[in-house]
Amino acid sequence: MIDLTGKAANTKRYAAEKRFKSYGAIALGLTTVFLLFLLADIVGKGWPAFFEHHASVDVMIDPASVDVATPATGDYSALIKDAVRAQFPDITSRSDKKKLASFISQAAADDLRDRVVADPSLIGKTVKADILLSADADLYFKGIEQSDDAEMLEKFKTKLPVAKSISWRFWTNGDSREPELAGLLGAIKGSLLTVGIAILLGLPLGVGAAIYLEQFAKKSRWTDVIEVNINNLAAVPSIIFGLLGLAMFLNFFGLPRSAPLVGGLVLALLVLPTIIIASRAALRAVPPSIKEAALGVGASQQQAVFHHVLPLALPGILTGTILGLARAFGETAPLLMIGMVAFIADVPQGPTDPATVLPVQIFLWSDLPELAFKSKTAAAIIVLIMILMSANAIAIYLRRKFERRW
Amino acid sequence: MPEHIVKAYDQDITALKTMLAQMGGLAEEQLANAIKALAKRDITLADQVIRADEKIDELEREIEEKAILTIAKRQPMAQDLREIIVAIRVSSDIERIGDLAKNTAKRTHAISEPLPRRLSTGLARMGAMAEAQLNNVLDAYVRRDEAKAMDVWRSDEELDSLYNSIFRELLTYMMEDPRNISLCTHLLFGAKNLERIGDHTTNIAENIHYLIYGKTIVEGRPKKDVTAMMNATDK
Amino acid sequence: MDKQTTKANIVTGTPRIMVERPTRISARNVDIYYGEKHAIKNLSVEIPDRAVSAFIGPSGCGKSTFLRAVNRMNDTIAGCKLTGEVCLDGKNIYDADVDVVELRSHVGMVFQKPNPFPKSIFENVAYGPRIHGLAKDKTQLEEMVVNSLKKAGLFEEVKDRLHQSGTGLSGGQQQRLCIARAIAVNPEVILMDEPCSALDPIATARIEELIDELRQNYCIIIVTHSMQQAARVSQLTAFFHLGTLVEFGDTDEMFTSPTDKRTQDYITGRFG
Repeated sequence: MIDLTGKAANTKRYAAEKRFKSYGAIALGLTTVFLLFLLADIVGKGWPAFFEHHASVDVMIDPASVDVATPATGDYSALIKDAVRAQFPDITSRSDKKKLASFISQAAADDLRDRVVADPSLIGKTVKADILLSADADLYFKGIEQSDDAEMLEKFKTKLPVAKSISWRFWTNGDSREPELAGLLGAIKGSLLTVGIAILLGLPLGVGAAIYLEQFAKKSRWTDVIEVNINNLAAVPSIIFGLLGLAMFLNFFGLPRSAPLVGGLVLALLVLPTIIIASRAALRAVPPSIKEAALGVGASQQQAVFHHVLPLALPGILTGTILGLARAFGETAPLLMIGMVAFIADVPQGPTDPATVLPVQIFLWSDLPELAFKSKTAAAIIVLIMILMSANAIAIYLRRKFERRW
Repeated sequence: MPEHIVKAYDQDITALKTMLAQMGGLAEEQLANAIKALAKRDITLADQVIRADEKIDELEREIEEKAILTIAKRQPMAQDLREIIVAIRVSSDIERIGDLAKNTAKRTHAISEPLPRRLSTGLARMGAMAEAQLNNVLDAYVRRDEAKAMDVWRSDEELDSLYNSIFRELLTYMMEDPRNISLCTHLLFGAKNLERIGDHTTNIAENIHYLIYGKTIVEGRPKKDVTAMMNATDK
Repeated sequence: MDKQTTKANIVTGTPRIMVERPTRISARNVDIYYGEKHAIKNLSVEIPDRAVSAFIGPSGCGKSTFLRAVNRMNDTIAGCKLTGEVCLDGKNIYDADVDVVELRSHVGMVFQKPNPFPKSIFENVAYGPRIHGLAKDKTQLEEMVVNSLKKAGLFEEVKDRLHQSGTGLSGGQQQRLCIARAIAVNPEVILMDEPCSALDPIATARIEELIDELRQNYCIIIVTHSMQQAARVSQLTAFFHLGTLVEFGDTDEMFTSPTDKRTQDYITGRFG
């Protein structure tokens, strides 16, 4: 009779297996906890940055201060300050008045200016203006900072209704010294331009090089040398590429500093090895029977590769591109070397204008002392993650689309 | 020749060869006994021969079955294919030889008196020749000896000549005395059987040639049997 | 192309049947090397038109190597060298002025594992004629595709799904699709490298039937591991052993009474 019940020797094996399984589960659990922790921290810190506080106050557009002919030159700041002070007749000391004024952001005046410029008929009327609060006031109302002027702020709130709204400024402004005005548009545009150029250059070059090396080049010592070097380049610290960019593109070719063009070139060099390696692997993974079938029917080498091998390798190539893209978006060090570290307030119009990229922007903001910038930094990190995830999603969608077709 | 990679294949072919050897041995024995029975008018021996023929028939069935199975299972090629086809053919020839020996033995019942000297010598000679041919050809088959087989093939000519003379002798005998007709007719049949046995041995010889060379013998063998054209008035 | 009498070449012994068909492919003193390995040794053979010639032999004997030399597929293998002549209708296909792409439109190939392109059935068959510019317009191309599919015995089964993927067919259908693809460019010669080894018996039987029909118009060379298939399908058989052509002759004769002992031993299952 065969005994199928468990033996002692097997129990040991099963115990070992169970142990190993539990190690894996614990590792997974810990990783998840850390990730969640990280995410919670970032989102918690950054979430408030997407909102801003406004107070609404009646402002009299005094024709004496604002010239009908040139509405833009009026002293709107004074108008607003007067309107606010009018609400608090009991505040008389200079220091208190100054404090009151400090609750209001510079942008409030600009907003009002824009409104009047758009509609000059408002001159002479009393309008209800939404005035942006300054960073400190904003932080207080968000509950982040305990202010010394808490009493006054509460008073402020009672007279002038304070409302919270989504900060569109965050998306449409360039960088600024004032925390409440600092926006990401410059960095986002800079990132998109830089990475766009990097992919535009890197993808064709990388795929072309991979196709040549895999399908056309005769195996020789040279090709071996090239292969080893490409593999090594993938591991080179990214700052070296920055040095290369500095020496070649800026000093030798004289291209503009801080421009996405240069940044794109440097990043293209950076992601090239990754794309080449991934593309080569993808090309190699295509079953040789397909190519043989094409050759057997009388296709030339080029026809066989481009009509048959390349389409089948596309999913793999896209994977390589995703990896390259992700890396390019997150690179800071080489871009610092080519000068994208400056404070750039204007939003870049084209690839040759000075710009900065998201990771650098995050780096810059994290260095600033104002407390408000802390949440801005976290918010910027959230934006970077969002962009990366959508880029990934697009590439995965494309990959799946091509995979299913075949 | 090296063995087959699949041992069972070799075993199948060996089994066929063994059965054929057995069958051949039996047939030789049957023929010898039949001739002896006829010469000595030994009814007991004759009956033994008649009964024993069943064994040869059974062997032939077994060989055929085994051969068909081997073809189905092994899909034999070349030498192996020829081996099996020849086994089927040879077993058929041996079975016929067995039957002819049995028929010859049967004639013993019909012979009531001793045979005249000159008839008995002729028949004895014919019997010995047929026996020798059968022995030789079976030997040639077992040893795959093509030369020996061809000897048998050609020597049938002699047997045919002997048959012709016995035929004439018997005709003469019958013409001499009508009372001899019954005896002579039986002897005629007996002689004819022996001549047929000789023909079957040549068939076996031809198959041996095919087995070894893979080609059938096209040209006709020398035949001397002219009894079909003989009549009583010929001298 | 001169009409010669092709004697069934047997290296040892004399041929039993003289085969009266013009030679399509001839090899003269061909040696093939894979780097250091001497894969084909001093091969000379004449292969006739409108007949099926089968190459048999144990693994690694060189039959596939020689087959691939006939349409120069060995060119894609690094380190593969060929000396001697391989001629198609008298012209050495290894001459410097021979365009490999053109050669392969005259010598088609069907592989062991069915490998249709991952495109539609129509595209699979149309690809060859398209790249060689054989069809003047769309209607002619469609005609060519339908004809090829009919000749391959596949049209009836796929006529309402010509634009579905070729990889969705069964194994046997895929192989017939590959055959249709090969004949779409109107080759003179079709090379088949163990076309049925990946198929079940019924699909195999269908392909053998197809080969029987095709041989009336094409010169077919088939490499096969199954001796029974070689016996059923071919008129001439070549037995290869360790890179040498041991025997080449009439199929019927080779399988009932081969001349060389090595052939005998192989086909009766005594070695290899």
